[in-house]
Amino acid sequence: MSNPNVSEARVKIGVIGLGRMGLSHLSILRPHPGVEIVGISDTSRYLLDVMRRYTGLPAYRDHRELLERGRPDAVVVATPTGSHAAICEPILESGVGVFLEKPLALTVESGERIVELAARHAVTTQVGYHFRFVPSFEEARRWCRAGHIGRIHHFHVAAHGPAVVRPRGTTWRARKSEGGGCLYDYASHAADLASFVFGQPDNVGGSIVRSVFSKDVDDEVYANFSYAGGLTGQLSANWSDATQRKMSVRVEIWGTDGKITADRQEAHVFLRNDPPAESGLRAGWNVRHVPDLIAPVRYYVRGEEYTLQLDRFVESVGLGRVDDDYSFASAHATDVVLDRIRRDADAQAGMGADTR
Amino acid sequence: MSLQPPIDNVLFGDNQFFGINHMSQDKAREQAVRFQDTEAIIDVLDSALDEGIRTFMCTTHERIGEVCDHMRERPERYADYVFFPCMPYAHKYNDAVAELGMMGALRRFAPQGTARALIAGGKTAAGRSIDSVVRLLVDAEMKMFRGLSAPVVFLQNVVVDFLLGLGFDDAFRVFAEHVRDEYDAAPGFITMNLPPLVDTLERLGIEQPIICSNINKVGFRMCGGVDVYERALSEGRCRAIAMSVMASGAIPPAEAIEYVASLPNIEAIVFGASSAGHIRETKRIADSYFAARDTRE
Repeated sequence: MSNPNVSEARVKIGVIGLGRMGLSHLSILRPHPGVEIVGISDTSRYLLDVMRRYTGLPAYRDHRELLERGRPDAVVVATPTGSHAAICEPILESGVGVFLEKPLALTVESGERIVELAARHAVTTQVGYHFRFVPSFEEARRWCRAGHIGRIHHFHVAAHGPAVVRPRGTTWRARKSEGGGCLYDYASHAADLASFVFGQPDNVGGSIVRSVFSKDVDDEVYANFSYAGGLTGQLSANWSDATQRKMSVRVEIWGTDGKITADRQEAHVFLRNDPPAESGLRAGWNVRHVPDLIAPVRYYVRGEEYTLQLDRFVESVGLGRVDDDYSFASAHATDVVLDRIRRDADAQAGMGADTR
Repeated sequence: MSLQPPIDNVLFGDNQFFGINHMSQDKAREQAVRFQDTEAIIDVLDSALDEGIRTFMCTTHERIGEVCDHMRERPERYADYVFFPCMPYAHKYNDAVAELGMMGALRRFAPQGTARALIAGGKTAAGRSIDSVVRLLVDAEMKMFRGLSAPVVFLQNVVVDFLLGLGFDDAFRVFAEHVRDEYDAAPGFITMNLPPLVDTLERLGIEQPIICSNINKVGFRMCGGVDVYERALSEGRCRAIAMSVMASGAIPPAEAIEYVASLPNIEAIVFGASSAGHIRETKRIADSYFAARDTRE
């Protein structure tokens, strides 16, 4: 069934780290007609045996062997955050593209290093901030940029869900040293969405990063952002909210001429005045639901955004695209915000503001 | 070798009961509040049954267990009632994987010691172990339906599309065989990717598979595109059940159902509703379009 001409043109991809996200990415990439999966790797021997036997994919315990034997054009790295920089450095140096799970790195310094390496070697990079591909958030961003709601003066971005609703947990997500915690997980999505729409804040203040149930990591994060132009914003992330079925992200944006709200299902904009006719909007409430905003993707596993982000990456590798809204550099900007929230929260706690 | 149970034209779904709404999170919450007592769910199922909708296509959510208990206790009222269980209730497993890791989750859900023994068996046991794991998970999910009629057992789309994407085809075969041998039921598959799934199931020898998929006039979540779906349906290689017929409310009911009933080889639609009026109206429209179609044929 393989057409040699087609397979010649296919992008060769390896997947490193077969946890929840790695397997999810693999399931979306493998059916891509322009992709050939040249190997997978993980440290679990059992998982590799099962995958080798049932999927027929070459499976390696050491990702370096995957790189050597599979000769991928690009890899997906979905390992715990603490290992990102060490795994990525030699890969970037060899000119192989990288799609990395978020957040970029455990420290700002190690993140800087891989951003710099990617730039030096002109490598295609992307980070798995999939909310950038959710059509309702993209629509909200377009409305903001078109100026439909006037001068934007405040926003609120929230990520709430039920990841940790009791005091246990045995995976790396429960360990600070490996990048666990709500700050690097839920809050990173909220901070990244804020960066996507408004850019990086100039100041971060009033931050709270604390535990509700977890022993070693934080479960809730709150912070205030301010921007040079006068815009302010608030971030709220709480992964111990049992009322949600899964992580739910929501943004509210206030402008002098209207207001925008968006979540994964819908985007609403209220306009005080009639906008230009070509906007397709009217004074009063305008509602866009996901079925209005999205065309079918080529393959769906768990949400269009997961497919769209990987398709974008495959396309970028093919085109040799190196720097855009989705690259390591953009994710590093979010890492910097997270780091500032953490430092600010530590400083606040040092001043006795911690309520525990 | 394949079982082909009859399927009614109109089936009742359960998203509305569990705070799932593809249109609006606010609406989803309203519904979650309304249906937090199982009695409220049963009331709606009774309204549907009064309209002649006697098949409930439902997730193996623990609260469905309470619905099952209610029906088991009243065999005279629910003599003809049919469940189409859809498994697994994925969030239960997803949360466990996030909390305990892949292997930890396996240990939690498999009976004590089994998972450990399977994993310890290593490479040679890898094949056998996956078969056992699939069977164990199906058995765990099927417990609540004991003594009730469940002639079709579905695998949920998130699992189907994940396995299909990975190329983990054998799991479908194990699932199909186990459901048939152990429960005397036909395997069903929910998917967002109908065309490639039909190819794969055929290759595995699962002929005329029962497949439930988004099928609607606007192409919402019909992956690969409406044309590809229409072609796959016209080839008559599966028994199709259409879901998201109204694309979460984007298409008015009459227009939505007219389109679906005009397609070849659609056996049924599944829809969810919360009010007796809405159920009655949808059933009436569906009956009229399906009757018109059957007359044409």
